[in-house]
Amino acid sequence: MDIDLITNILYAAIRTGTPLLLVALGEMICEKSGVLNLGQEGMMLLGAVAGFIAVYHTDSFMLGFVIAALSGVLASLIFAFVALNLNATQVATGLALTIFGTGLSAFIGSDYEGKTIEALPTIGFEILQNIPLIGKALFAQDAMVYFSWFMVIGCYIFFRAHRAGLAVRAAGENPDVGSNLGLPVMKIRYLAVMFGGAMAGLAGGYLSIAYTPLWTENMTAGKGWIALALVVFASWRIERVMLGAYLFGFASIMHLFAQGLGISISSNLLAILPYAATLIVLVVLSRNSEKLKLFEPVALGKPWHKTR
Amino acid sequence: MLKIEARAQPSKHWAYFSPILAVVLTLITGAILFSSLGQNPVEALYIFFISPIEDWYGISELLVKCIPILLCAYGLSLCYRASVWNIGAEGQLLMGGLIGSAMALQFVHSDSIWAMPLTLLAGILGGAAWAGIAAFLKLKMNSNEILVTIMLNYIALNLLVWAVHGPLKDPQGFNFPESALFAQSTILPVLFEGTRLHLGLVFVLLALAIIWVFVSKTFIGFQIRVLGMDKAAAKMAGFSQNKLSALVLLVCGGLAGLAGASEVSGPIGQLVPSISPGYGYAAIIVAFLGRLHPLGITLAGLLMALIFMGGEMAQISLALPSAITGIFQGLILFYLLSSDVLIRYRIKIKLPPINSVKKRVYPTQTEAQ
Repeated sequence: MDIDLITNILYAAIRTGTPLLLVALGEMICEKSGVLNLGQEGMMLLGAVAGFIAVYHTDSFMLGFVIAALSGVLASLIFAFVALNLNATQVATGLALTIFGTGLSAFIGSDYEGKTIEALPTIGFEILQNIPLIGKALFAQDAMVYFSWFMVIGCYIFFRAHRAGLAVRAAGENPDVGSNLGLPVMKIRYLAVMFGGAMAGLAGGYLSIAYTPLWTENMTAGKGWIALALVVFASWRIERVMLGAYLFGFASIMHLFAQGLGISISSNLLAILPYAATLIVLVVLSRNSEKLKLFEPVALGKPWHKTR
Repeated sequence: MLKIEARAQPSKHWAYFSPILAVVLTLITGAILFSSLGQNPVEALYIFFISPIEDWYGISELLVKCIPILLCAYGLSLCYRASVWNIGAEGQLLMGGLIGSAMALQFVHSDSIWAMPLTLLAGILGGAAWAGIAAFLKLKMNSNEILVTIMLNYIALNLLVWAVHGPLKDPQGFNFPESALFAQSTILPVLFEGTRLHLGLVFVLLALAIIWVFVSKTFIGFQIRVLGMDKAAAKMAGFSQNKLSALVLLVCGGLAGLAGASEVSGPIGQLVPSISPGYGYAAIIVAFLGRLHPLGITLAGLLMALIFMGGEMAQISLALPSAITGIFQGLILFYLLSSDVLIRYRIKIKLPPINSVKKRVYPTQTEAQ
């Protein structure tokens, strides 16, 4: 086990964790406003395919990510209309979004299946990236990794120091009281769902533009679902979402680790690791239901509409 | 302005009409989709929904396709009746196929009459065990069953892929990721000469009858229904929520496992990596579209099988990607959930008055001073 290997594993863990971080951050804000959107997987796939096609034709990474985010927002608006305006069960509506997004992305992307583009370049900081062990992981990443940190800090400040952050939480804890206090609960929830859609779209775009710069059907492979577990794991706290995303990133690249140590296990078995890790974390965390209830937004997943 | 207003009583009519409305809306959207792709919408819908079942062979293929979907959907309907959000029929089906195949491969060179029953039994147990994990984690460890079953789906898929690349690979198969072909004694007999329609259809009909009687006529079925409608009432009546939840999960797992085993020992005849194009997920839609009632599910399952076949047909005749199946599946569930709003709410159209004059606010005395 040499230093180079550890350096590279840290670097890869952060890269692998970034799409999880993006989508989990969006879903967490969405859940803070009281809306449970299980459509993350579908929105990610739509973002991935739309972003990929945009970059494939224009070679503009900026445009690719903007389109990825926009397609996530569009998809989330369908969810928002059915779940918020029509008061359908949020769980089933989210499932519908995932099924729809999986189908639509495969349909749109069938002509692009297996095609590749040039990956998003990394931006290295001169001296800093040569710091042993952590230099490469922290200072030689691509723009989206830095963007994800910017979003983490932004969300942190938004919830800690901004009135609007309080309004989002009010909508998720007790929409009736929030509404009676004059908060536009519906608008807040819509915006939160759209933010979640944009982040999921970006996460998908990151996969198809930066992480593995190609498009294949179903390429998210359950990352949207893992992100949902991640939000529970993080007990709806931003700093823990970040930590959790990188831990899952690490679990996903364990095969590199195993190869480095000279252990040979079938790669198909190792592919189980992130899902198994998710299961174990879920079980460990949820054993104590009282504690979990303490952090969960009270009105999460409950249909609500203004009565007066 | 459209506004929704709660009904005093859920509408019985709309409970029946909303699936029909959903299907109609899906067809209309499909027509729009086809015409935006430069196809003649009427012709395209004909190719998608009618041409697969124009002849008897097509109908027999429709029944072949609906076997795994219906077996999964009957089980899922039990879970949803008890408000257990089991999304894991896909994984349970895959495990049924995997364990069933492992059993079937023991009989490759045998013509024992036990080969087929044991394969099916292994499939049922495999599926039930997979659902059992979810039941254990939900009931004893208090984990969220949605996330648990989804994760188990991905784990089952990877286990299956591992098995066909590893322990269950055909030694004489030129390194293809496939198992050996099952012996004739393991293959489910074909019901009608010249078709692929196999014994699985009988399992479906049996499951239909048993689930129907079970839900509507037995005490346990009654308990499940009460649990789904009102948890507090079920608790007051002394029904054990844990036992009922475990029961529905195990039954669903067993049925899905049977579906998987019937696929590998039926139309496929060996274990391959892609034994299911998402039957387990489609079954979720089928369960909802069929209003969780066995008869409704049967109709919805036939429609879903038709959508699968239509997707293949669209690929052959219209040169469209077969992923269009997924679009139709998503649309139908979206429209169903949207139409369901009419059961509990009525839609009111509120127009603003024509000469809307803003109310004048006169200053009160204190303010005027």
